[in-house]
Amino acid sequence: MIELQGIHRRFQVGDQLVRALDDVSLAIGDGEYVSIMGPSGSGKSTLLNVVGLLDRPSEGCYRLDGGETTALGDDALAGLRARCIGFVFQSFHLVPRLTAYENVELPMVLAGRPRAERRTRAEEVLAALSLTDRAHHRPDQLSGGQRQRVAIARAMVMRPTVLLADEPTGNLDHASGAEVLAALESLNAGGITLIVVTHDDEVAARSRRQIRMRDGRVVHDAPTPGPAPGPAPGPTP
Amino acid sequence: MRAADLLRLASESLLRARLRSVMMLVAMAIGVAAVVVLTSLGEGARRYVTGEFQALGTDLIIVLPGRSETTGLQPGMFAGETPRDLTLGDAQALLRIPSVARIAPIVIGSVAVSAAQLSREVPVLGTNADFLIVRNLEMGQGQFLPEGELDRDMAVCVIGSKVRSELFADRPAVGGSVRIGGRRFRVIGVLSDTGRAIGFDLQELVIIPVRSAQQLFNTESVFRILVQARDRDEMPRAQAAVREVITGRHQGEEDVTVITQDAVLATFDRIFTALTLTLAGIASVSLAVAGILIMNVMLVAVSQRTAEVGLLKALGARRRQITALFLAEAVLLSVAGAAAGLAVGYAVNWVIGRMYPALPVGAPAWAVVLALVTAIASGVVFGLMPARRAARLDPVVALAGRR
Repeated sequence: MIELQGIHRRFQVGDQLVRALDDVSLAIGDGEYVSIMGPSGSGKSTLLNVVGLLDRPSEGCYRLDGGETTALGDDALAGLRARCIGFVFQSFHLVPRLTAYENVELPMVLAGRPRAERRTRAEEVLAALSLTDRAHHRPDQLSGGQRQRVAIARAMVMRPTVLLADEPTGNLDHASGAEVLAALESLNAGGITLIVVTHDDEVAARSRRQIRMRDGRVVHDAPTPGPAPGPAPGPTP
Repeated sequence: MRAADLLRLASESLLRARLRSVMMLVAMAIGVAAVVVLTSLGEGARRYVTGEFQALGTDLIIVLPGRSETTGLQPGMFAGETPRDLTLGDAQALLRIPSVARIAPIVIGSVAVSAAQLSREVPVLGTNADFLIVRNLEMGQGQFLPEGELDRDMAVCVIGSKVRSELFADRPAVGGSVRIGGRRFRVIGVLSDTGRAIGFDLQELVIIPVRSAQQLFNTESVFRILVQARDRDEMPRAQAAVREVITGRHQGEEDVTVITQDAVLATFDRIFTALTLTLAGIASVSLAVAGILIMNVMLVAVSQRTAEVGLLKALGARRRQITALFLAEAVLLSVAGAAAGLAVGYAVNWVIGRMYPALPVGAPAWAVVLALVTAIASGVVFGLMPARRAARLDPVVALAGRR
């Protein structure tokens, strides 16, 4: 459960004060599939970073699963990120020198999990994203879609409750994008909260709840109209 | 994060940035090798010199006239009294001390020595038969001065090999004669080439009986007296006895200086240790330079890898873990560099050892430890700043790849 109340995020850029988030209040329940849209500079990425605990609001209150987060220290936030939140980025952010398997394993390495546990869990996640035969390839030996699926596997390996995707299909062609979305949606079908920031109306239309932002404010927040495709009924990608 | 994983991640990133790693490795290796080689040279020189002195005999006491210490004004100075000279009588008295094995009085001066038409100004040393043993000399041809009373004047001489070749060329020297200060001396022996002594060149020396030298230089005194104790353990006793006997003979005035080879040795030891330390200091500068290079390259690495740092933060890495990762890279590099430097240093030492067998090169243990500790410490110290900078990056900014 994500609860934002009166969130402000202000940056000082030169002598100008930028209000990236201006009094945003939101509640996102467990297992929701939300898309956030808006023109660039509307604050959607900042919102995602605040929800992902990468960025601290200048003002306001953010409760994650009932716990207040705004007063926590850096290390406590890092711990929460490790346990509760998975990130998927537009540019994948795989570590280039590590294989797909090692990239997926990385969050568990940082968390100090024993080797055997890491192996079973990483292999499980890679299999779920049909990457088993690519496990020992480096990112530069993978296609864009495969890279993003590795990134999703990495985001999932710690069994987070929230999956945050910032333009996950932005760098992909249509087919790969569809493949990646299908993977994300099947995870959502498994119960994870999925929040996708996107420019793409087509992507947004697949979500069940659409949030639109402009100038740091939420200007639209409603369930997706029409015959929503609903959660993908778990197609194995 | 587990230590093994930390090391694996750090070494993987080093292996991927191969050129960068090799450059840092080389810098660190040069620093460590410089410390090892330079201190080895200093230490080698020290051991060489002390070895030379030990060859002269550490059971040697040297007695010279006059006090070397300044003890303020002595009453005698007002009466215009000069320190009493050492005499042959003093030398004979010293020989009666039980802990003394041998003595060799020395009178030295420079005078023209000629044979046939050839003439040369050389140092002439007056002494006795025991000088040969006391100074560990070897004869090349003939024999050394004959045994006998100290005050016996004989016109015989022993010449250094260089004097021999200059005055006699190819003619046989032993049995021939030379004129020393206008008096004829028969040549009874030639010193071997192998004899050596610090201070003056034995090969350029002419040795005659001490009494003859006194007459030649028109003096009753001796320049100094070498005293050899029965063995090393007798040294303190012999030294005290020498002092006592001379004081007794000089009306209760201790007007001689008694020095031991050990004291000379200790002085040289100090000088060469200081030299070695200086060399180590100079070499340490290159270690520091290597450390700064590591810092520089690590800083570049951090700025090249901001996105990666941001990612690690997003994945839940704590500040300490990110610091540890970058620090581990710096430390791994400096340890590897130090190991390579040791290998290079020992290799260079080996080559020097082959080229100059007389010089006992060998890195002193303290220098090796110092080099390793400095190398690793500089890895830590100079790696810490970039590592902390990485850890402090704002994850949002870092993920965007900006700084």
